[in-house]
Amino acid sequence: MLERHGFNFATGVPCSILRDIILCLSARDRIRYVPATREDEAMGIAAGACLAGKKPVVLMQNSGLGSVINPLASLAIPYRIPVLLVVSWRGYQGKDAPEHLIMGQVTTRLLEDIGVQAHVIEREDPEAAVSSAARAMEGTGIPAAAILRRGIIE
Amino acid sequence: MKRYSALEVIARSLGDSDLVVSSTGMISRELFTVADSERNFYMIGSMGLASSIGLGLALSLPERRIVVIDGDGAVLMNMGSLATIGHFAPPNLLHVVLDNEAHDSTGGQGTASSTARLEAVARAAGYPFSRRVASEDDLRHALDETPGKGTAFILARVEKGAMEDVGRVTHSPEEIKARFLTAVARA
Repeated sequence: MLERHGFNFATGVPCSILRDIILCLSARDRIRYVPATREDEAMGIAAGACLAGKKPVVLMQNSGLGSVINPLASLAIPYRIPVLLVVSWRGYQGKDAPEHLIMGQVTTRLLEDIGVQAHVIEREDPEAAVSSAARAMEGTGIPAAAILRRGIIE
Repeated sequence: MKRYSALEVIARSLGDSDLVVSSTGMISRELFTVADSERNFYMIGSMGLASSIGLGLALSLPERRIVVIDGDGAVLMNMGSLATIGHFAPPNLLHVVLDNEAHDSTGGQGTASSTARLEAVARAAGYPFSRRVASEDDLRHALDETPGKGTAFILARVEKGAMEDVGRVTHSPEEIKARFLTAVARA
């Protein structure tokens, strides 16, 4: 699905919800997956790939959103570097381990507050959120996010 | 060695197709002042990420040499990047750290690089070439040595303090990016 939208470079930090996507990306020939140590590092790597003409994706758990606020606010948004964020949504509806509950409440709001559209992936049509995020990136030139809850994509 | 002297030495060593990513703060401001070029990607924020941007560029443009000009405070902020760069070890990446053992752009507060040997960290992280230099001549020689040596790290000890009449980068972030993309396309 990501390949269909032209994405050809991936980096990020794993999450159990993203495990199968990262496994799948790591096995592709046409997409390179670069494991990063932190989410902000992943944003930097993706920004470099984008400047080199790639269409990059950054995968991360929402616990890493705090680490990407500054790279979004002072790099990707002001320089207009469009990167797709695929963010897993731990703590959705308050049902998760305690460390995920607060970030779970503000996941989409945090992104929208700094001007990054957050499109939630739904089971009926998982591709719709990715298409909307990709369209937003083309329109604005800045990153957009697709948010993935547990159990939506097997 | 003054930081701007180190920047002049680095700028003179560049080949026509090289691309540069410079860390936020005085490094970008002085580079802009002594050797402005559209191939310079001046960072205005996101301290610590210059080397990560350099890695993304180096992996995606294997035919081009990418030169990252970093500071000690910035490297300490994103030390994980050294591990990721060492792991992939793109041979076309040169990582120069101008080390004044201080956050010079914010008032000269000391950093841990006075005790942490960053060139040893880089070597341990997998950079095949790593040098520490303290004079313009030694920096010039180290830069001359890098071609063909794989991912390279040069730590250049520089003095604290900025040059007189240091400019501010007058290009907007969008202009910096547009100019840089022109340099990328020029091949």
